[in-house]
Amino acid sequence: MDGVNTVELAIFVAFFVLVTVVGFAAARWRRAENLMHLDEWGLGGRSFGSWITWFLIGGDIYTAYTFVAVPALVFGAGAAGFFAVPYTVIVYPLIFLVVIRLWSVSHVRGFVTPADFVRSRFDSSTLALLVAITGIVATMPYIALQLVGIEAVLETMGVTGQWPIIVAFVILALYTYSSGLRAPALIAFVKDILIYLTIIVAVIVIPAELGGWGAIFGAADEKFTAAGSGGVLLPQAGQLQYATLALGSALALFLYPHSITGVLAAKNRDVLKRNMSALPVYSLALGFIALLGYMAIAAGTTPVGTDGNTIVPRLFQDMFPSWFAGVAFAAVGIGALVPAAIMSIAAANLFTRNIYKEYLKKDATPENEAKVAKIASLVVKLGAVAAIVFIDPQFSIDLQLIGGVIILQTLPSVAIGLYTRWLHRGALIAGWVVGMAAGMLMLYNVPRLGPGGVVLREHWGGSAFSLGKLGFDTKYTIYAGFLSLLVNLVVTIAGTFVLRAMKVADGVDGTAETDYTAEREDPTVRDLPDPLESVPPGAAGGASVRG
Amino acid sequence: MSSPDTPPAGVAPRRSDRSPWNWLLVVPIVVPLLVPLYDHRDPQLFGWPFFYWVQLVFVALGVLTTALVYRATRRSPEERAAARRAADGPPAGPPTRDGGR
Repeated sequence: MDGVNTVELAIFVAFFVLVTVVGFAAARWRRAENLMHLDEWGLGGRSFGSWITWFLIGGDIYTAYTFVAVPALVFGAGAAGFFAVPYTVIVYPLIFLVVIRLWSVSHVRGFVTPADFVRSRFDSSTLALLVAITGIVATMPYIALQLVGIEAVLETMGVTGQWPIIVAFVILALYTYSSGLRAPALIAFVKDILIYLTIIVAVIVIPAELGGWGAIFGAADEKFTAAGSGGVLLPQAGQLQYATLALGSALALFLYPHSITGVLAAKNRDVLKRNMSALPVYSLALGFIALLGYMAIAAGTTPVGTDGNTIVPRLFQDMFPSWFAGVAFAAVGIGALVPAAIMSIAAANLFTRNIYKEYLKKDATPENEAKVAKIASLVVKLGAVAAIVFIDPQFSIDLQLIGGVIILQTLPSVAIGLYTRWLHRGALIAGWVVGMAAGMLMLYNVPRLGPGGVVLREHWGGSAFSLGKLGFDTKYTIYAGFLSLLVNLVVTIAGTFVLRAMKVADGVDGTAETDYTAEREDPTVRDLPDPLESVPPGAAGGASVRG
Repeated sequence: MSSPDTPPAGVAPRRSDRSPWNWLLVVPIVVPLLVPLYDHRDPQLFGWPFFYWVQLVFVALGVLTTALVYRATRRSPEERAAARRAADGPPAGPPTRDGGR
């Protein structure tokens, strides 16, 4: 193993060991009282206050992907990569009123997954199945992306080959399998402390060494001008893509099953509302993280081989002493474990509650279900590892963008469904099918462009769909997810008119209007079960789900 | 469950999320989408082109509006008390208002 930086690796491994200890300790402490916030992690009346929700959702959304892929995109393309900032600004006011409705109806009716809600609201197990499958498929590349983060860090330290990813997977699997949500939640504290420490140090130290911010932006400007692609500002034709990508990503974020898990774990509606103001602290950090890409340009950092994702780890290696680079790498590595664990739990829940229980084994006992959920979480992680091993990690950010296009197709049923039941279940299914097909077709027709506009790959090259392909005489591009969602909505609305005119039955609403505004103090509100050990709707204790 | 106590007259738990304050939330959603308005180099700040620093200002805008809407639309202590009484006695544990922050 030539070229391995032993100091960095030692620090990195030390933090991983620490995190492993924390993970197992969390599992052992689960019934103890009064240990920090741990008593809030159990069953029954204990649920998450503002701080824990902040760490949990923050750990969920701002991941290793943030640390590695966003600056890599800024490094390569410039201003277009900065979309992550407006995206995480828009998302909170956008969902402010929506998540509290979701929280309320879920706590009244005992929903744990978005598919639970859709099943009850629209009285359609087919629609619920589609929502569940969409959630699982969209989450997989997201988990894969986290493993890409670990891979980039290991590669930078000189550790090569596939085995480190397998090791990371085993560690992840151990936490998730034995401790459920508790371990990643505790680890999120460690992760956030390390990440904020790294960012603060990076933002103070690196610009000082590079001659200030003016020099950093200047170097980036020079590079893009010389390369003839990208830029410190957006070209006019890229502005629509920038805005629609930010809006589309924001709409998609809280449709992901793992975000919904974080939302439902909150103690009450006020906790959620307060977090909509507190979570943007991470967005601010994200702005600085994105600019690490420009710092890398100014510092003349080069990636390891052709893996653009290693640009930030390489920058840290160039700029920091080895021991602190090790700390920063640990931040990225641990930052990957937390969301990956939560995502695999969320996907496993969808499988267990909305596929296994619904279709495969209707008389499953609670023990059966817990076991299935745990095994499913393993399978999901295995799928993510396979995705990394078999697909070029260079395309990790595009993979996640494709996931975003997919998950957006559940917006009419899940998000609009929270407000109205006017949309017909048959039309929602039709909209999903057509929207999904349109989205895939558009993504297929996005070429990957190299410097100077050379086509490197004909298909699956990103999410910026050229409007010229629709016959418009323009160079503008638009986020494929946004356009496919519009197609979906048009079909859903038109279909609803047709089906309503034909008087096709649309089932019975399993929820009541007052469910959506219920507060914790209300008599109808109940506590949700532990996400990993819960009983699906319809089983013991969930009898009221079907209204 | 025994029948709930009658809440005192004039104070009933709110049953709607509707409020004119909610319209404020439109501002931080729409402003970052108006890309042509801020896709510029000048005025610069600490060497940052306008495009970059103004988007960090948008973060503050989002915080401000969501915090304001939260403050303006939360249940009053009287409404909370009424709701708790309606819920057949308060649950054991700390009051909800100091929920961790």
